[in-house]
Amino acid sequence: MQESPKYWKGIEELESSPEFVKNALTEFADFLPVKETYGSSDAAVAPRRDFLKLMGFGIAAATLASCETPVRKAIPYLNKPQEVDPGIANFYASTYFTGQDYNSVLVKTRDGRPIKLEGNPESPLTRGGLSARAQASVLSLYDGARLQHFTIDRKKADKNRVDSEIRTKLAQAGRIAIVSPTIISPSTKKVIAEFASRYPNTEHVQYDVISASGLLQANGGVLPSYNFSQANVIVSLGADFLGTWLSPVEFAKQYATTRKVSSDKKTMSRHYQFETTMSLTGANADTRVPVKPSEMGAVTLALYNAVVGGGSGSYKNATLTKAANELKANRGRSLVVSGSNDANVQALVAAINQALGNVGTTVDLANPSLVRQGNDARMTQLVNDIKNKSVGAVIFYNANPVYDHPMGADIASALPGLPLTISLNDRLDETGSLCKYAAPDHHYLESWNDYEPKRGYLSLAQPAISPLFATRQAQESLLTWAGNNTSYYDYLRAQWSGVLGASGFQAAWDKAVHDGVVMGTASPATAPTTAVDAGSAAAALSAPTKSGEVELVLYEKVGIGNGSEANNPWLQELPDPVSKATWGNYVCVPYDMAKANDWEQGDVLKVTAANGKSVELPLLIQPGQAKGTVAIAVGYGRKQTGKVGDGVGANVLPLATMVGNSIVYATTAKLDKTGANETIAQTQTHHTIMDRKAVVQEATLAKYIENPKEVTEYEKVATPDGLEAPARVSLWQDYEYKNHHWGMAVDLNSCIGCGSCVIGCQAENNVAVVGKQEVINRREMHWMRIDRYYSSDHHRDEFETEGKLATYAAMENPAENPKVIFQPLMCQHCNHAPCETVCPVLATTHSSEGLNQMTYNRCVGTRYCANNCPYKVRRFNWFSYYTNEKFENVNGHMFTDLGRMVLNPDVTVRARGVMEKCSLCVQRIQLGKLEAKKQKRRPKDGEIVSACAQSCPTEAIVFGDMRDPESRISKLLRREDGERAFHVLDQINVQPNITYLTKIRNVENGNEFVI
Amino acid sequence: MDSIRFRTLPKLLLALFLTVATVGQSLAQEVGSAPAVSKEGVTPGATAGADGAPAAAEGAAPAAGGGDAAAIQAGDALFKGNCAQCHAVNEKVVGPALAGITKRRPMSWIIPWIKNSSKVVASGDAYAVKLFNEYGKQQMPSFALSDDEIKSIIAYTVSQEGSANNTPTGGATAGTDGTAPANENGSTEAGQYIDLLMIVLVVVLIVLVVTLVIIANLMKDVLRGRKDLSGRDVEQLNQRYDFSKIYKSGAVRGIAVTVFILVVLYESVQAAMGIGLTQGYQPTQPIAFSHKLHAGENQINCAYCHTSVYKSKSANIPSPNICMNCHSQIKTESPEIKKIYRAIERKQPIQWVRIHNLPDLAYFNHSQHTQVGGLECQTCHGPIQNMDVVYQYSALTMGWCINCHRETPLNTKGNAYYDNLVKLHDTKNSAVPFTVSSNGGTECSKCHY
Repeated sequence: MQESPKYWKGIEELESSPEFVKNALTEFADFLPVKETYGSSDAAVAPRRDFLKLMGFGIAAATLASCETPVRKAIPYLNKPQEVDPGIANFYASTYFTGQDYNSVLVKTRDGRPIKLEGNPESPLTRGGLSARAQASVLSLYDGARLQHFTIDRKKADKNRVDSEIRTKLAQAGRIAIVSPTIISPSTKKVIAEFASRYPNTEHVQYDVISASGLLQANGGVLPSYNFSQANVIVSLGADFLGTWLSPVEFAKQYATTRKVSSDKKTMSRHYQFETTMSLTGANADTRVPVKPSEMGAVTLALYNAVVGGGSGSYKNATLTKAANELKANRGRSLVVSGSNDANVQALVAAINQALGNVGTTVDLANPSLVRQGNDARMTQLVNDIKNKSVGAVIFYNANPVYDHPMGADIASALPGLPLTISLNDRLDETGSLCKYAAPDHHYLESWNDYEPKRGYLSLAQPAISPLFATRQAQESLLTWAGNNTSYYDYLRAQWSGVLGASGFQAAWDKAVHDGVVMGTASPATAPTTAVDAGSAAAALSAPTKSGEVELVLYEKVGIGNGSEANNPWLQELPDPVSKATWGNYVCVPYDMAKANDWEQGDVLKVTAANGKSVELPLLIQPGQAKGTVAIAVGYGRKQTGKVGDGVGANVLPLATMVGNSIVYATTAKLDKTGANETIAQTQTHHTIMDRKAVVQEATLAKYIENPKEVTEYEKVATPDGLEAPARVSLWQDYEYKNHHWGMAVDLNSCIGCGSCVIGCQAENNVAVVGKQEVINRREMHWMRIDRYYSSDHHRDEFETEGKLATYAAMENPAENPKVIFQPLMCQHCNHAPCETVCPVLATTHSSEGLNQMTYNRCVGTRYCANNCPYKVRRFNWFSYYTNEKFENVNGHMFTDLGRMVLNPDVTVRARGVMEKCSLCVQRIQLGKLEAKKQKRRPKDGEIVSACAQSCPTEAIVFGDMRDPESRISKLLRREDGERAFHVLDQINVQPNITYLTKIRNVENGNEFVI
Repeated sequence: MDSIRFRTLPKLLLALFLTVATVGQSLAQEVGSAPAVSKEGVTPGATAGADGAPAAAEGAAPAAGGGDAAAIQAGDALFKGNCAQCHAVNEKVVGPALAGITKRRPMSWIIPWIKNSSKVVASGDAYAVKLFNEYGKQQMPSFALSDDEIKSIIAYTVSQEGSANNTPTGGATAGTDGTAPANENGSTEAGQYIDLLMIVLVVVLIVLVVTLVIIANLMKDVLRGRKDLSGRDVEQLNQRYDFSKIYKSGAVRGIAVTVFILVVLYESVQAAMGIGLTQGYQPTQPIAFSHKLHAGENQINCAYCHTSVYKSKSANIPSPNICMNCHSQIKTESPEIKKIYRAIERKQPIQWVRIHNLPDLAYFNHSQHTQVGGLECQTCHGPIQNMDVVYQYSALTMGWCINCHRETPLNTKGNAYYDNLVKLHDTKNSAVPFTVSSNGGTECSKCHY
């Protein structure tokens, strides 16, 4: 029965490197001298005299400072808008789309400034979920690096002068190109069309950093929309659909519905993933097979042969055969997706789905997705035209090809020679700084706009704040240059009268603006192009691929994505879900390769691609990385994005190869050790937690179906009356909860580890950003972390056959392809909290509603509580992150009046020397209770939600009042009691208010089908 | 010579007693006056009318023709919240006197008028146009009131007709006059009594001491006259007390030093605890706005200007557009009012000096206390209706907050949120009041997060 796998958090732990052992034993980070950390040559310890001097000065300063109370002003509105009341938050529906993922959002504004984004539950696509990147975009609004006025040759210029010069030059320009990422706004497209009718030689070129050109081409010019919720079997060939591919939040919502189990619904989808580097999706797959990028075509072909038949191919894999059989057994209820940009691969995938009868159920071609429209061939053509100077004018609309196109260097060298170059980008980035004119666009939270992410699904964006800077909405700029002086708002409304109907338009418009989403379409149907024929694609792919060289694959990270928001410190410090690395990219190398070449984690490698371009990046040993391959994330190495993002990591997009006219995100590469060493700022293995088996639990679906009561292992303690649950034996007196008893349940089965909650928490609770060095020093401040555990294939049940020592030794061996489990961990709000008993000043106490309260103004910073916390969820303010100039580059938003606008006014910004931790969003609890009291009723379930639970795309986190028997959490805990519900470290009997639900994998007998 | 020296002692003693007496008296005065202030604080001036008026209304209701008492009471509150700024029942203020309104206009006219007067004027209604012109083309603002609410307001005005003494203003002033002086008298009487007692005591003591000294001197003189005293007795008789001994005694010095140190320590601690306390802070504001005039004499409801006090965390400072509701007509020539006009013309918001400052680490929500707790503004802000220039009345320290939370019973009446809690409390511990703190109101994260 015993089958808990051994988990390990990282290679260091597995290898028991001396450094890790040292850290594990000390449990709490060593004291790191403040000065040494920053490379100062001063003596490491402050001498006594310095201390006395400082103390004397401190006392004098404090005395002087306290003599006079500063005069504080209270400045009311001159003419108060009716809907704004100081202290009351207003929510406005809006839409986030920056060429990557689409999210329908609710903008929470306080006193006229957006402070947080939440998922819009009205949206039929994202349904209240929100990605980490969308969450963080509110901070980009207050980015001081945004261009704050119009410029000519990077110097401030008058708007009218810019307009008149541009109009004169446009008239003489000849061929004009507008370059943008995918635009899904129907009205913006109309604006561009109007511009093109005024200047008939205008061409609009869209390109995507991670292109889906192949997918579009293979499906006759449309991007199929997928429905994972209908799929019993999912096979993904390198598509990271939960993390970065097309519409991750929408997919995650759908995927989660098929993954949730209960004793009433003991079914779940089976997910196969074939991929090169360990992606978020691969980490969630039931069965994951590492595949080289060069083999991906062969794998697709083999699957095609197995399902459709007819082609030839030599690739053989037992898992693939099994997957194909299951696909065939679930016709119309299965789904095959591929992340490849090769039209041939995508054509085969389309043919497989067609043959399985999935079109119409899980694949929808009638209502295609519109989130990727980039055309590699046209963009390549344009780059060549720019090089040949056959283009007279180029307008970059939120596009930065100098940085993010593989041929960026060509553009950079040719741009200064063009007669007219205009940037509508929000900052003078790599491309914008090379343009003569810059007419910066508003941030999307300052703009009106519409979106159609999927045919038939419209979405609106409305301004939640007046423009902060002297910018102008790009659409208005284009309209002005086209000679149309209507505001974009009027233009948009005029367009929408066609969608909503002219009669009763105002009411319909008001409702649309209020809800943020409308069913209907405003885009013309895409003209179909010839789809790639599966037969010829199969023939093209059957050519044998050469092997033997190291292959490099470029991938996108969940946080940084394509790098357009690299100046957002929240995203830079969001740990990668899999590698747990922050601040920069690195070369993911499989363990075998590192061992064979005698490389160690942190060694800087020079990676030279087949096209001769190279980057130097530190090495990270990535379990699950396919043999003979390495992977590097795109989106780093920005040079002109702002203080936060500049110089973090290296840009690897130039390493991508252009095959024909399409971009291939894989290449062969040569790796050389440079001898340099750079520590990767990882958050994993910072917080050791005693013994893993009591922390995360998992079981197989087969076992769950057999008996749900046996999937979770419950610790028992010996008592005079026999073995009992630890909670039955207690030294402490129990609390009595009369009013509320707040609690949280985290379903490990539906948590995909995407990190949306981490950013949501950071935004809600004013959590400071600490920067790379402090992350290395293990002093990150996130209140919530997502622990990622790798497992090995060996089990304790091998003791009898293999012997105990041999099994333990086997457990030490790195698994080539480990199982991964994610566990969000925040303060567990223990009823018998170890932290509360050790605080000498009672700064952390228990509330009558089950919260473990942290009182910053009482805390004196002994850190006893953090030392005594078994979960390591307490964070200490080693510096005053909002005034110490060392943090100005990374936490700059807390330094300026502009950036401070994002802070939640209901939550204190913590001072240096105090402890902080998850408060279960007590400010939201208090607000919800107050609203209920004002209306003279009890709070309704679902009214009070923590920030992490609100934005979770998979609804893995359930928050509520455990004292209300009708609440969702009470029902869930009643249902799962004795089945999947468990507490982390139950045997130490701290009785947490956070409950976890055992992860269930849809595998047959606990063993995976790996190669 | 000896006797002269000896006689200084009684004088010293006398002086000491006199000092004690004066200190005692001043203490007594403080004790006597303190309650007077706090009593005045909780006497709701602007709202006293609200308490007093229903009684008056009840009296008047039957006379007015059987208006529903509940409706009148509801109308009273609505009238004060919405109408009283511009209308009185029996007197022309900004708008016409409302007495006899039901006779002048039918209800079918009044309701649309109150909801949107400009619409009625625009519709060309002759009476409306006449009224509009008569009152200087000053528009009456629109009110989002329901028909029933308007009817209850009218019922209230009808009930108040003709009773000039019963106007809210009169009622309130009577209330304040009636309660506050009584309190003052009460407290002074008590003070005087203590004073008298102290004086009598001191006098008795002085008499006692003087008598003792006289007796001692007489005894000495008698003894000196006697010649049969032994040497030792004479020595004793002529003995002079050596005061330098006290001065030199280690114990006395020790005590003195200890007392001194303790006093200094106490004073420093007191001073240190007072740092940052701004009780009584009364800055000069950019515009000499008088709460006494507005909230006191004119009985304008606090929420008329501080619009969000019942719904938000902050009781906002009104924006000039609220001032303009009245001051576009009233006292337009006043130099202080002109400052508001200037601010509006120049688009420069008025920078008021904030009086009540809580540290950032403390969360305070007005609506929790006003709407849910049912507290009067004056409980914390003091007799605001008597302040020409507002000052910080309460200490606003954590101790002050906690004290109130410990003592104040929860306002649970009619609030379904508390129903079960009250039941639980009553079954377990009905003898003790269900205070804010017994519902967790003194826990850290109720105010610090």
